[in-house]
Amino acid sequence: MKKFRIERAPAPGWMRTLIPIIAIPVTFIITSIVIMLDGANPFTAYYHFLIAPLATKSSAIEVLVKSTPLLLTGAAVAFAFKGGYWNIGAEGQLYAGAIAATFVGTTLVNVPPILGIPAMIIGGFAGGLLWALPSALLKVKLGVDEVVTTLLMNSIVLNVTSYLLNGPWRNPVSMWPQSPEIDPGTVFPQLLPRTRLHFGIIVALAVILISWFVINRTSFGLKMRAIGLSKEGARFAGIKVDKTMLTVALVSGGIAGLAGAGEVAGIHFHLIDAISDGLGYSGIIIATLGGLHPFGVSLAALFIGLIDTGAQTVSRAMGLPIYLGDVVQSTLLLVTLGLFVLQNFRFRRVE
Amino acid sequence: MEIGLFIVGLIAATLRVATPLIYGTLGELFSERSGVLNLGIEGTMFLGAFAGFAVAAKTGSLWLGLLGAIVAGVLAGLLMSLLSVRLGVNQHVSGLGITLLATGISLYLFRVIFGESNVPPAIEPFPMLQILPESNVLAPITNQYLLTYIGILIIPLVWWIIGKTRFGLKIRAVGENPEAADAAGLNVYALRTYALMIAGGLMAVGGAFLTLAQLGSFTFGIVAGRGWVCIALIIFANWQSVNVLWGALIFGGVQALQLRLQTLGFKLPYELFLSLPYVVTIIALTIAGRNASAPSALLKAYRRE
Repeated sequence: MKKFRIERAPAPGWMRTLIPIIAIPVTFIITSIVIMLDGANPFTAYYHFLIAPLATKSSAIEVLVKSTPLLLTGAAVAFAFKGGYWNIGAEGQLYAGAIAATFVGTTLVNVPPILGIPAMIIGGFAGGLLWALPSALLKVKLGVDEVVTTLLMNSIVLNVTSYLLNGPWRNPVSMWPQSPEIDPGTVFPQLLPRTRLHFGIIVALAVILISWFVINRTSFGLKMRAIGLSKEGARFAGIKVDKTMLTVALVSGGIAGLAGAGEVAGIHFHLIDAISDGLGYSGIIIATLGGLHPFGVSLAALFIGLIDTGAQTVSRAMGLPIYLGDVVQSTLLLVTLGLFVLQNFRFRRVE
Repeated sequence: MEIGLFIVGLIAATLRVATPLIYGTLGELFSERSGVLNLGIEGTMFLGAFAGFAVAAKTGSLWLGLLGAIVAGVLAGLLMSLLSVRLGVNQHVSGLGITLLATGISLYLFRVIFGESNVPPAIEPFPMLQILPESNVLAPITNQYLLTYIGILIIPLVWWIIGKTRFGLKIRAVGENPEAADAAGLNVYALRTYALMIAGGLMAVGGAFLTLAQLGSFTFGIVAGRGWVCIALIIFANWQSVNVLWGALIFGGVQALQLRLQTLGFKLPYELFLSLPYVVTIIALTIAGRNASAPSALLKAYRRE
């Protein structure tokens, strides 16, 4: 008689890919309860959530617009996690990138786009990198846990933003808590007329490709993956753990900063308090869903972008609170995390 | 006299600001002493604020509201335990997931229950205790909410539970060395789960204080990073319950001072003041460095072989 036994051993590779795919229907079953609490039909709700946004060209493009910063924050978090650095600070690094880009965009006057756009990209990257620097240095020099410091840096930059917008950067014309407009030469060009889709998505896709190449095809990537698996093992193998980790942490911060620059240069054209509203935290969801792989991250970012857009559609069409999107996103994260346990087990046939 | 009134007002405000932080930090203390960093705190406090308000508004009883908040907080703790203890999921990511879910659910249900009205719903909050007559100069200091007094009295209680009881000893054992605790016959999973349930309940009371006592209404920015302040305070307090009081009072004092100075017309970059606790914590971590006496098994999921 053939019997199957469950034992603790790494599951086959396809299981890892399958987990996020199983997680999606499980999430929708769980969140149906929340939808029914509001007396709505979950099937109709999911139609508006997942299908309706893709049904018209303008809303499908809006999905890409929403995905643009998510691709970057997801890539930033995945890059850090892959290298064994728990960067929880993508939210703050995004804000720092947005602040730096706003500084560049409001300082330059009448620049040609050929100079203005690269300046915004460099500014955003530098801002995110600088904001990631203290936590990264403390980690590698003094062994201070990066989770707490990157998290606290998020809170600090929110206060800094609020200070700038209510103080020195307050718009002198409208007196609203928003910065003056950036120079037209620093605005990211639209990719399609009469849509909000902008050059930032090309930056994001380039970053995804480069990070895939660095992680999988360079000796640096080999080192960072080794550290991600085991710091002690990597040290034993002669890898300079501190130096590699510092680079990983700073690049991750820079990528998150690019997301902030994109929101300023492509969407708002000035700095506002709500420039992110959780895009950095969504990056953690996306990195997890995407299995820390750049291509998985891209798919996850598009999916979360779809959920963000769908939350608006469902709210307009059925009057469900827009926060349903947050509930679905976070449930998806928790379900995926729970299911990841499956990869520690495999079925084995016993005779 | 003027300065006397100013100081009395300052102390009174300090105690009010410190109250939710005391509950939140004591909750996080239970969690971390058992070996789990609970980043679900920010969301759990928000959930407590919402659940307390919603139950109180619908039943008309503030005490039922408080109970509702505690139940919601304990449930959030159980969910954290399922993920980070039973399934051994990475604590940072599961904690943040709890915060995102608890925040999303609260906002969603608030809209479902109270709709989208222009006038925010309100309840009659807990009154302040009348310990001294209003005419007394010191009345603002003594006449606080009952929850503030309970919060201050819970500190020695937590110190006693964690430091002096068998249960506390077990919690510390699983937080310091789960393998040895297991070998000694302790159930690591169950103990960490109890710690997380207590933690969730305390955090939720901290959030519920804001809606049920201080404000009487629920706003979307109500918790505004207080959970993260608690994460900072616990490091500042070096994981000792008694130090939690000083940390919360110092932070509350700075906050109260900047609010007072602002109302007196001083032009202060108060947003930068608000960052002080975070900056101080990062500096404290730097000074303590590797010597910080965090529980040894913090962040490590325990897996029975």
